This record gives sequence, C-alpha cells and structure tokens, in this order.
Amino acid sequence: MSIEKFQKLVSTVVPLPIENVDTDQIIPARFLKAVERKGFGDNLFRDWRYKKDGTPNPDFVMNQPHFSGRILVGGKNFGSGSSREHAAWAIYDAGFRVVVSSFFADIFKSNVLNCGLLPVQVSEEFLAGIFETVEADPTAQFEVDLESQTITNVKAGASVKFDINSYKKECLLNGYDDIDFLISIEKEIAAFEKA
Amino acid sequence: MEPKTLFDKIWDAHVVKQVKDGPDVLYIDRHFIHEVTSPVAFLGLKNRGMKVFRPQNTIATPDHNVPTLEQHLPIKEELSRLQVEALKQNCAANDIQMYGLDHKYHGIVHIIGPELGVTQPGMTIVCGDSHTSTHGAFGSIAFGIGTSEVEMVFASQCILQPKPKKMRISVDGILGKDVTAKDIALYVIAQISASGGTGHFVEFAGSAIRSLSMEGRMTLCNMSIECGARGGMIAPDETTFAYVNGREFAPKGEEWDQKLAQWKLLKSDDGAVFDAEFKFDAADIEPMITYGTNPGMGIGVSGSIPTGENLIGSDLITFNKSLEYMGLNPGDKIKGKKVDYVFIGSCTNGRIEDFRLFAQFVKGKQKAESVTAWIVPGSKLVEQQIREEGIVEVLEAAGFALRQPGCSACLAMNEDKIPEGKYAVSTSNRNFEGRQGPGARTMLASPLMVAAAAVTGVVSDPRDF
Ligand code: SF4
Repeated sequence: MSIEKFQKLVSTVVPLPIENVDTDQIIPARFLKAVERKGFGDNLFRDWRYKKDGTPNPDFVMNQPHFSGRILVGGKNFGSGSSREHAAWAIYDAGFRVVVSSFFADIFKSNVLNCGLLPVQVSEEFLAGIFETVEADPTAQFEVDLESQTITNVKAGASVKFDINSYKKECLLNGYDDIDFLISIEKEIAAFEKA
Repeated sequence: MEPKTLFDKIWDAHVVKQVKDGPDVLYIDRHFIHEVTSPVAFLGLKNRGMKVFRPQNTIATPDHNVPTLEQHLPIKEELSRLQVEALKQNCAANDIQMYGLDHKYHGIVHIIGPELGVTQPGMTIVCGDSHTSTHGAFGSIAFGIGTSEVEMVFASQCILQPKPKKMRISVDGILGKDVTAKDIALYVIAQISASGGTGHFVEFAGSAIRSLSMEGRMTLCNMSIECGARGGMIAPDETTFAYVNGREFAPKGEEWDQKLAQWKLLKSDDGAVFDAEFKFDAADIEPMITYGTNPGMGIGVSGSIPTGENLIGSDLITFNKSLEYMGLNPGDKIKGKKVDYVFIGSCTNGRIEDFRLFAQFVKGKQKAESVTAWIVPGSKLVEQQIREEGIVEVLEAAGFALRQPGCSACLAMNEDKIPEGKYAVSTSNRNFEGRQGPGARTMLASPLMVAAAAVTGVVSDPRDF
C-alpha cells in the first residue's frame, strides 16, 4: 500500500478551534474494531459530530454546510493521546489531505505522515489568523505547497513556511512509503543481526 | 570518550543505517502485538505478498477487546470476536507465538512481557500501543507505534525513527506514607503538563525512583507518555536484575552472566547532557487524583480543584469545558466527592503489588454499597498469584469479586464501560472524555486511593485510616 502523492493543494478549510483534541475525540475507541482500513471517516469526531440518537449535531463544524474543504485546522496540541493510527486514517478517510495546528503530538504526527496526510505546524499567531479569516469568510482559500513548504492565507496574502523532515517530504512528493524503503535494505538488516 | 546518556547507548547500538536527512533505521529486538492494531498491518503485509520477517521476535496476545468474565465462552460482541479470531489466524499463518485466552500466560501485553522475562534491559521494544513505554522500567527503549510502523516491523524487524531529544526527570528524597509510583507519575505530569515531555524520551532518576520496586517503576514508565513523551526509562540495577532472573524467557546459565555484565554498563555517564532536566522533591508529593479530562489535571487529595483564574483565552475555554464534562466546580475540595465506580487493573496498576496494596487496605473493611467495583488482574499469572496469596479471600470478605484478565475499563472496548455521567476512581492511565465509556467521568489515582474510595463511596485520603 503506497501512499497518494502530494504536491500542492488549494482549498477552503474546516476550522476546529479546540485545544488538546485527543485521539479518543478524533475516533472513539469503540470504533477501532475493524480488521480492514475502511470506513473510519464516518466516525471521525463521532461524539461531537453526532447526537446520542445518531442524528448529526448541527453545532459541530463538520455538519455546517458553509464549512468544507480538504484542510482541517485544529487548536494547539492536536492528536494527543493514544498511538492509534485509526485517528489519522479517519481524518484521511473523511477527505482531508492537510491538518494544520500550532502543535502536534509526536506519534500522531508520524502516523498522519505515514498515511499520506500532511501535518502543517504554524505559529499560534498564524493559526489565530486562519481562524479569524474563516470565521469572517468560510469561502476563504488556503494554499499548501509541499515543494516550497509554505502555507498561504490567499485572502490575507500571508504566507509562512513549515517544517517537514526531508525524507518524509520526498516520500510524500513521490508517493513512496517506508516499507518500500526498508525492504530494499533487507541485506543490510540481516548483516546487522549477525554483527 | 564523550559521556553518553543511557538512551543514546541503547539507541546507537541498534541503528542499522542512517537515512541521509532522514530518520534512523532502528533494529527492534522485541515486537509485541495485540488484536486491535495488528490486523490492518497483517493485511498490508499480505497485499505485498510477504510474511513476517522475524516471527521469533514477535509475541501476540489478545487483550484490548476481551471480556473479563466467562472467558471460556465465545466472545459475544461480534467485532471483538472477529479481531481476536483474525489475530489467531494471522499468528498461525506467520508462525508467531500467541498467548490466547485459554493460555496460562494470557494477559495485557505490557504485563506479560515483563513477567515472562521477554522484556530485558538494553533492548529495543515496540508495540502498536502507546503504553509500551511500560517496558522502559527495565532500562530498555520501549515505545508505542502506529499500525504502519507495525507493518514495517513485520516486514523488516526495523522501523524508521528520528532520534528523539532526551529529558531527565529526577525525584530525590523519601516518599511519604501511602505515596506510590502512581502518585509520582500523576504529580510529575501535573507539574510539567500533559504536553511537557513532547519530542523527548525521559529517563527517570534519583533516590526516590531507585527505591521503587519493578512494579512501581513499570507504573511510572507506563504513565511517562501521558506528559507527551515518547517513552520513559530507568537505568537497570540490582532490583531489575533480581526481577528478571529466573523468569521463563530470561537468559540462563552462562548467557545470564554475559548479559548481566553488559546490563551493568547501562546507565547515563556522569556529565551526559540532556536536552531538558527537571528535579522534584519526593517529600512534596501526596496521594494524587485527577479532576479533569487529561492526566495533567491532577492535584493532591487534600487539595482543591483549581479555579482557573490565571488562565486566559482558549486555555480557559478548555479548562471550563473539562470541568463541565466532569460536573465538578472550580475551587471545591476534591475530598468527599461522590464515587460510583472503582476500577483497579490495566497495564498501569494491574500487577500483583497493586492488588496486595488494595487488599491490605480493604482487609477488615467493607465495600460501600453505592459503589460498583471492577477488580481486574493484568494477566493470568497475576490472577494465579492473587489466588495463591489468599488475596481473593480478603477481597471477597470485603465484598469485592475478582474478574479475569484484560484491558477492561481502561479503554472500555469490551463490556466494562462506566455509564454516562457516573464517577469512577480508576487506576488506569487516561481520563479523556469518553475513555471509560461515553460520558464516563474518570478520576485517575493509585490502588490505595481506589481502595479508600471503594470502602467510603467518596474520594478519600488513605492516610486518614
Ligand atoms: S490496559 Fe489500557 S493502556 Fe494498557 S494496553 Fe490495555 S488499553 Fe492500553
């Protein structure tokens, strides 16, 4: 299973201005019981997105039609908690390709990269700017360019660089995954075991 | 030679290759797997037409989903049964040793590794579960990984990892009465916050840490990730060696002597540099309990729930949301708050020592009528020891019943769910919204605090008894 290539994306954003969104919120444990990597998107933010009777909660941003797009923007410390990769799959499966926050939990960050989602870490200030822009105009466009490692608030004209490990960047730009690489060095691994 | 940290010594010895501008290729000595995070990785492997590269370094157990009563019967919940079934088939197809529900070594993955002697000093250990950090108690590098990484280890016995930064947390001095490893953990997380360790691997040091038993060290390392750290570790010493010696898969005879000589070198050199350091005084720690919805929201049992008056902006919103979920008022004393459920178990506090402590406390007392108690051993071996030591009789006399091993109410993937709005004092490791069931209100604490709540029906200070 190689990953989808990512080069550039221009999209509106879905704002979630909540801090410390943990993996139990992203996908509650009771939805982890799959043996295939399918259908997790429906349960993304399950307990916020749906009421107890299963009907959509109109207060939640994903149920408000004027907000849409392939970029999810969360508050500080996004993705804390468990190592469950299902959290990343759920976001990916729900159609997002980029997650923006001012801070990501470590495991979460590597999990999203491994499934072909791009984590974009920006300053608190820039993040606040995004939330302000979308609140005023939900149709505001943002551009994420992996090659130049920039995210641009098109309307405000503000652009910032983000960090990404250069190995991961290559993988994402080309759609390779880590296992392709590891299999290619099997001989070196066997030699290491003997040493 | 430049002084090195314990972490660097073990890490560097496991680097197969460095990727230019990229992560290290890290060799993995032990891979633990369970039913929830492995099936998709097995499927990925199969789709590539591959089998597990080093099955002998892999150990499997179903723990997250399993019922804790009547384990001899088929699992009722269909999806759980499917995952447990899938694990069995995948292990059989790949020649992996699995300790199933009917095996005498069955239990929670992070309990059985150490108790079987599979976990040893100086190793690299991974599992698709964040609390893999538990194994760091033995002076190994142990951390949780995602399912793609599980697939990497299946395919190559290696993973790609950037080297994390290093942090040392020292706790010196003598622990007060009824203060346990769990209290140290909750105290440290409250001090440095639930994200204070992000990007780092923690080494715990200091006289108070040295004084802990292996069980206590495991509890502490288990919780290390709740401050955001990648994992936690403690340099191995005589306590460690004595624990490992003689266990089922521990080295024997000459091999033991060789290993022991190597293990004795596993400590941070004097003058080794850490990227961050914290120092705490053991005397400042009292029995702890959490009042909010992340493990950093903890206070001493004699304390009051913070008022949040120094918070602003989104921090304040998050704080208020958390207290609202918990149904608790800022400024109130935590002592005396009503408790509906208690849970002792999980990979944090599901070892024999935890049940001994709990039993010692409840001996000659009675469970409060209003309280529902779930007493869940971490493994079959722990369960057996509970029976052999006569702890079961003590528990039963006090109105408690013992269940069968599994993760249980720690993450409520099986039937053990705390009902909506109810308060649970729990020895597990996470108090996130809904962690113990939709709407459940979790207060994390030590086995002693849980015992005190169980007999009084309210949050109580074990030192008052
Ligand atoms: S007991 Fe809880 S934390 Fe430990 S492995 Fe099971 S679910 Fe994870």
